[in-house]
Amino acid sequence: MTALFASTRAELLRLTKWRVTWLLIAVWLTLNVTFVYVIPYLSYRTGGGGEITDGQSPESLLADMMPTTLAQSLTQGMPLFGGAIMLILGAITVGSGFGWGTWKTVFVQSASRSTAFLGTLVALAVVVVGTVVTTLAVDAGLSVLVAVTEAQPIDWPPATDLAAGVGSGILIFGMWTAAGVLLGTVARSPALAVGLGLVWAMALENLLAAAANLLGGLEPITDVLPGRTAGSLAGSFGGGGTPGVLTILGGGTAGLVLAAYLLAFVVISLTLIRRRDVV
Amino acid sequence: MTSTIVSTDRLTKRYGHRLAVAEVDITVRSGEIYGFLGPNGAGKTTTLRMLLGLIAPTSGSATVLGYPPGAVATTGSIGALIEGPGFYPYLSGRDNLRVMARYRSLGADAVDSALERVDLSTRGADPFGSYSLGMKQRLGVACALLGDPRLLVLDEPSNGLDPAGMADMRTLLEDLAAQGQTVLLSSHLLGEVQETCDRVGVISGGRLLAEATVAELRGATSLLVRAEPAELARQVAVRTVGHDAVHATADGLRLLGGSDAAPALTEALVSAGARVHEIRQVERSLEEVFFEMTNAARPITERTPS
Repeated sequence: MTALFASTRAELLRLTKWRVTWLLIAVWLTLNVTFVYVIPYLSYRTGGGGEITDGQSPESLLADMMPTTLAQSLTQGMPLFGGAIMLILGAITVGSGFGWGTWKTVFVQSASRSTAFLGTLVALAVVVVGTVVTTLAVDAGLSVLVAVTEAQPIDWPPATDLAAGVGSGILIFGMWTAAGVLLGTVARSPALAVGLGLVWAMALENLLAAAANLLGGLEPITDVLPGRTAGSLAGSFGGGGTPGVLTILGGGTAGLVLAAYLLAFVVISLTLIRRRDVV
Repeated sequence: MTSTIVSTDRLTKRYGHRLAVAEVDITVRSGEIYGFLGPNGAGKTTTLRMLLGLIAPTSGSATVLGYPPGAVATTGSIGALIEGPGFYPYLSGRDNLRVMARYRSLGADAVDSALERVDLSTRGADPFGSYSLGMKQRLGVACALLGDPRLLVLDEPSNGLDPAGMADMRTLLEDLAAQGQTVLLSSHLLGEVQETCDRVGVISGGRLLAEATVAELRGATSLLVRAEPAELARQVAVRTVGHDAVHATADGLRLLGGSDAAPALTEALVSAGARVHEIRQVERSLEEVFFEMTNAARPITERTPS
């Protein structure tokens, strides 16, 4: 336990001093604010019904920006671009260590490969939780700002809904980060891992789903692919119509499938790290 | 009594059809500087990687500090620099060491001490990516020194160092040995090994050719005799030290183990009427021994002309 704590402290130091970590978090927050508040608010102020907001009425747009829909606001951008950003974080955190030769240095310094790698995973988990909590705080602040500006009552969602939203956000981001870690471990290169991950997340899953629709009978498989499952979990809080947000699976089922993916990605990555030669 | 720090038993690594390391047996004793000597591609780094648990042997075994390579019980007692330093380019030298020190729960004082020992204190705040090759190498050695490990495994530590840096490295290695730390050093710099190492393992083509002290490898001293007429000088030398000890070379006659015979030989040559140009004691350098061994181990078409 002491060795794991030491590894986590070491990894947190290098992740927090890496500009790339902060850049990715900043990009995510910017995209989240832009698509959840800025564009809907501008659309609301100009009468609504625009294509970019899926033809929503002004009343519907305003309702989606209120504090009471905070869980939905928090999670709706996560399955698609948020997940892609976290996949990049996981892939470059692990993959770049092979290119820079830092894994060999770390494995010699640390108590064991397992503790070193688990330290990386725990440090990434801290970043994921921090990002989700920061997103929640930013979204809460903006929703209050919109409510005050538009003279609307400030009603908060039940604490259980909020907790479920935060938990789902952590699960979605955690799964995509773990997917990036796995790709970085397999590819032993950040560029290849990021490329493969983005092709999968942004294109291949949708192509497979479309093919399954045409062929029939394959939906049970494509419905539980990582991105679509993440979309279903986000969809359980509302936000239908947002790209990447789906209602294929129930929230509970989607949560369980995502947890299984996360666990599988971590176990496979750890097994590869422990067994393969480090050259 | 000296204890064994590293020992290998027919350690072998094969990559597909290529045999990188073949049944290597080495023994490193406590407190010594052991030089692992070999040309590029000889299998030095592969052997060291196996000893650190970074790669698994195909067959054979090894113990390091009494445990199998990579054992949790030993990792805190080993410092290593393997095939060039691997650090985060965006972090400063000091922050890189802070990260690595945290893995061993070491504090800032350990980092400062390590930087000081390799003379990088004043450049510790600069990004690693901006370091010269020699500075990167010194940071790698500093990382290996964190926490004063019992065993240091250094793969070509003088790579990229200027002459002053190489001299500093030799002094550092001697200081470490004086403090009782054991150093396993791989190198192809024969002068460095000759000056710093207590014992040497010579490897070529993945096979260990010899393991001995530097003095044992270099063998006994000999006498170089240049006198005329050459045939007369040879006859006198054979009468003085015996037929088997006299070898004709391009430089003159070489008399193995004949340094004590110099006065008698000089007198005999002069008495016989030979003109003596030079009689001096010569030692084989480690370089000569190394090329003899590695050339003999290679196919004839690849041999270095001597």
